[in-house]
This record gives sequence, structure tokens and C-alpha cells, in this order.
Amino acid sequence: MKRTPPRWLAFSLLALGLALLPFLVDAGMGRSWVRLLDLALLYVILALGLNIVVGYAGLLDLGYVAFYALGAYVYAWLASPHFGLHLPFWAVLPLGAALAALFGVLLGAPTLRLRGDYLAIVTLGFGEIIRIFMNNLNAPVNITNGPQGINLIDPVRLGSFSLNQPHRLFGVTFTGIHLTYYLFLLFTLMVIFISMRLEDSRIGRAWVAIREDEIAAAATGINTRNLKLLAFAMGATFGGLAGGLFASFQGFISPESFNLMESIMILCMIVLGGMGHIPGVIFGAVVLTLLPEALRYTGDWQRDLFGHVYVDPADLRMLLFGVALVAVMLYRPAGLLPSTRRRREFADAKG
Amino acid sequence: MSAPKAGNLLSDRLDAELTPLLTVSGVSKAFGGLQALSGISLRVNAGEIFGLIGPNGAGKTTLFNALTGLYTIDRGEVRLGGLRLDGRKPHQVLQAGLARTFQNIRLFAEMTALENVLVGRHARTRSGVVGAVLRLPATRREEADSRAHAHALLQRVGIAQHAHRLARNLSYGDQRRLEIARALATEPTLLALDEPAAGMNPAERAALRELLLKLQADGVTLLLIEHDVKLVMGLCTRLAVLDYGVKIAEGTPDVVSRDPRVVAAYLGDEMP
Repeated sequence: MKRTPPRWLAFSLLALGLALLPFLVDAGMGRSWVRLLDLALLYVILALGLNIVVGYAGLLDLGYVAFYALGAYVYAWLASPHFGLHLPFWAVLPLGAALAALFGVLLGAPTLRLRGDYLAIVTLGFGEIIRIFMNNLNAPVNITNGPQGINLIDPVRLGSFSLNQPHRLFGVTFTGIHLTYYLFLLFTLMVIFISMRLEDSRIGRAWVAIREDEIAAAATGINTRNLKLLAFAMGATFGGLAGGLFASFQGFISPESFNLMESIMILCMIVLGGMGHIPGVIFGAVVLTLLPEALRYTGDWQRDLFGHVYVDPADLRMLLFGVALVAVMLYRPAGLLPSTRRRREFADAKG
Repeated sequence: MSAPKAGNLLSDRLDAELTPLLTVSGVSKAFGGLQALSGISLRVNAGEIFGLIGPNGAGKTTLFNALTGLYTIDRGEVRLGGLRLDGRKPHQVLQAGLARTFQNIRLFAEMTALENVLVGRHARTRSGVVGAVLRLPATRREEADSRAHAHALLQRVGIAQHAHRLARNLSYGDQRRLEIARALATEPTLLALDEPAAGMNPAERAALRELLLKLQADGVTLLLIEHDVKLVMGLCTRLAVLDYGVKIAEGTPDVVSRDPRVVAAYLGDEMP
């Protein structure tokens, strides 16, 4: 048996840290950073979803944001004044995830024979198709409200307990974004749990086998078609879930939020953190969500130092971002926190 | 019965008692203008070690690919037991009981030896996403069985000490054995080996020979492509010789090695 006490202690400390995090951040850095924390959790969900497709199964998907968009729009359609529907979130989120999964399979099916750059181009096209559809489906029947997007989307609400209002619980005031943090954290932990369990399973091994050598995988009895479709569907499910959460959180969505840059950002999170490695992917997602915001301060620093802003922080962000990516690819090609498969060489057999 | 004798014994009873396991009838395959296989027919009986030899480019590997579903054949029929194999996908061929290894070793390089063999268990296990995520009792039992099975197989091919090393870090000979272990994990009735001794030193070859005889004794039928004439002649119950996509001889090693067409095409003047 493993030594349980240290593990138990580590888990409690981690849980305590995660529970207090929004208050610490709020006190130390301000409310806008708590909001960013919420967003970072969303991106962790997205990155872990794409990680199944790209990291495990090795299918380069550049249209992943389409599933994010689908989840968001399903939520907006079923819980906003747009169609006058106000279904509860626990019904809408699974529906969005399921529809995204269906589209994952629909996208996967025609691309089964493609690999690498060809697959990337087809999926990129798919991502754009969804966005353009959302942009134009406002006539003759107004489904998506076009470029104006859908507004006044319901927040997550259970009975009269709504996540967009502050609540006093146990003598502590929780603001909406604090409560959202806990909700997103819950979903993030669920997605991490599912990813971990899948990774170390018959299915996860089959995905990695397909990534390593598709022909050998097929000759070893793996139904590569079904397992690739399953990877697309699982990844899309997480994307759809994140989309629904995003819609409820923002209260407003428009096609602009789901452009190609978003797909590339999520892919960068995986590549930067360490493809196929859950802690690496989480790390990549958090860093790439928070870093651009942190670089905003460079504008203030310039003003303090020179009395004038020489380089627009927005430009600097892209520059530093590019430099960081190139540096990672040069010096840590496996990512900042690469998978430590080699550790297993020293581990003893459990089975 | 002792292992080395098994070969002779089997060849004696060949026509009378043995049931055909793999029947290949009139298989043809062309790549553009190149007729890689023309009307190949052969029969592999249950329990034998059947050798497939021929000069480079004779179509041996093409035949393997055709049998295992990697190529679709133009004409002909392949049967394993009573099952039609032609027209099936690779994973279906494997499911039917025909596993293979590759001439240019195709392991999952970034997976450990144990994981490679566990992938081999895929076709004989069932758990899906729900089972994997919830770790249902059935899944846990299946996983434990698979691991025990995989460890036993690594033991059987003699690389148990490397179970947790990455496949790409294994020595060449060990990689060949691992590929055999992975194929065996799929519980094949017929195991097709594409040049298993290629690149092995004499000691590794001797170990491989022992392993193959052990497998035969355990009831696995073997189909073997091999260039090492000594190994093939000593090990195989029967042989088929391919040359330019045509089968030019089939029979016991004795008969085949005396066949003038074989001598001309493959063995050359050096054979007695």
C-alpha cells in the first residue's frame, strides 16, 4: 500500500488553497483578477478537452473553438430572452455538451483518413464554418442574432440562488464571481478527474497507440475509426461544457468570441504546458490566460519610468507571447511541464 | 513430446490428420502495373510452423499485408478456420485470431513495454468510457487481468525485467520479443512473424528459436517470413517459396530445398 498520510495532507492543503484562492487574489490583486481566475478555469477545461484530441490521440484539431461556440449558443438559445426560453442550467449544460459531442463525431467522420497538416486544415475550416454560420443565421429566421450576438443570457441559477448576485453564507459575503469560481472549479475538477481516469485506461492506451503508430495500432486490434471518433466526441464534450459555462458567466455571446485565434490559443496552452500531460496542460492554460493580463502592467511601468507609453502593452503582449513560444519550442520542445513517463521506469509493478 | 521433435512429428502426420487453419486461394494484388502477388494459394495447418521464403521483393511482406487487412486484395480468398478474412479491416482480422509483427519493428515507442502489451489486450477486453471513468468493478477486474496477462507474456518472451522501460529504449532483440509479446496478448490462433530474426546475433537467434518452439508447443500456429535459411530449414514444418509474386514451391524443408526451381530462384548453387 502507498503511504497515505502525506498524500492526504497534500490533498487537504491543495483543497484549502483552492478554496481560499479567490479571497486571497481579491484582497491582494483586486476583483478583476478573480474574474480572470474564473476564465483561467474555463480555459483549463477547454485545454484538457483539446488535449484528448491532440495530446492523446495525436489528431491536430485547429477548429476546436467550434465546440466551445456550440456549447455557448445552445446555452444562449435555451436560457435567454432570445427565444424566450429559460431552462435551468443543469438541463442546458449537458444538452450543449451533447450537441458538441455530436458535432465532434460529424466533424471527425469525414476526416478519419487525414493526419497532421491536412487534418489541421480541414478542422480549421470547420471552426470557421461554425463561426460564419453563427454570424449569418439572423435571416430569414433569426436564430443567432448575427454579429450582434445574444444578450441577457441567464446566469447559473438554482431556485432563487443566482450566481450573479452576492450571497452571505456562513457569515462570509460571496460575490458572483467568487461563486462562479467555485462552480467552475467544480467542473474543472470533474474534467481533470475524467481525463486522469481515461488516460490510465484501455481507452487512453488505445489513443496513445494510435498517436504513436496508427498502422500498428490497427494491426494490434484497435478499431482506429471508432476510437478517433470517441476522442473527437470526448474533446468536443468538454468544449461544449466550457461554452455553456462561458455563456452563463458573460451573459453575452457573439461570434467574435469564437474565432480562429481562440483555437490557436488553446492549442498553444497544450503545446506550451506539455502535450498529453494533465498538469502541464493545466499549467499552460493558467499561464496563458493570466500572462497577457499581467503584461498590461507594462504600460503603467513605462509611464512610471519614462513618463510616456512607448510600446502599446497590447503590441508588447503579442511580441512577448511570440518570443515565449519560440523560446519554449527551442529549449523545452516537450513543453514546460512535460510528461514524466520515464519516472515509471523506476516505479515498481503494481499489477 | 519434446519440442525439437515436434516438427518432424507434425510433418509425418501432415496429410492425414492436420486440419487447415489458414487457407489462401488465388490471392492476387497489383500496384499499378506491378503484379506483386499473382494467384497465391497455400495452406497452413493448425499447429505447424509454416515458413514463407523467397528472395527480396518476392512479395512475402505484401502477402502478409494482404492477409492482415492492410492491403485489400484484387482477387482471391483468405480463410482462417471457417472465417473469411479478405475484405476485413486490420482490427477485424486480428479479432478473428490472426496477429502479426512487422519487419521494421512497429512498437509504440513512447509507451513502456508493459503498456505495449496492454494495448495488445485491447481486442480481448471490453471496458468503455463509463467503466474507465467510474472504475467499475468489472473494469478493475479486467484491468487487473490484463496486467497479470501482460506481465506473464513479458516473462514468457524473457523481457519481464524491462516491463517499465520505454519501448524505444529496449535493445533491438528485446524490441522484437516485445512485438511478439504484444501480438500474443491478442490471443491469436495464428501468429504471423515478419523476419523475426532480422538483425539478431546468434545468441538472440537461438533464444528466438526456443521461443518459437515453445509457442508451437503451446498451440499457436506460426507463419514465418525469414531470410535465415538455417533457421527456417531447422524450424519449419513446411515452407512455401515465393518468387516475383508467384508461389514456386510448397512442402517440407527437404522437398523444397531439392526443388530445382527453388534452388535456381533462391538458394542458389551453395545449397547441397
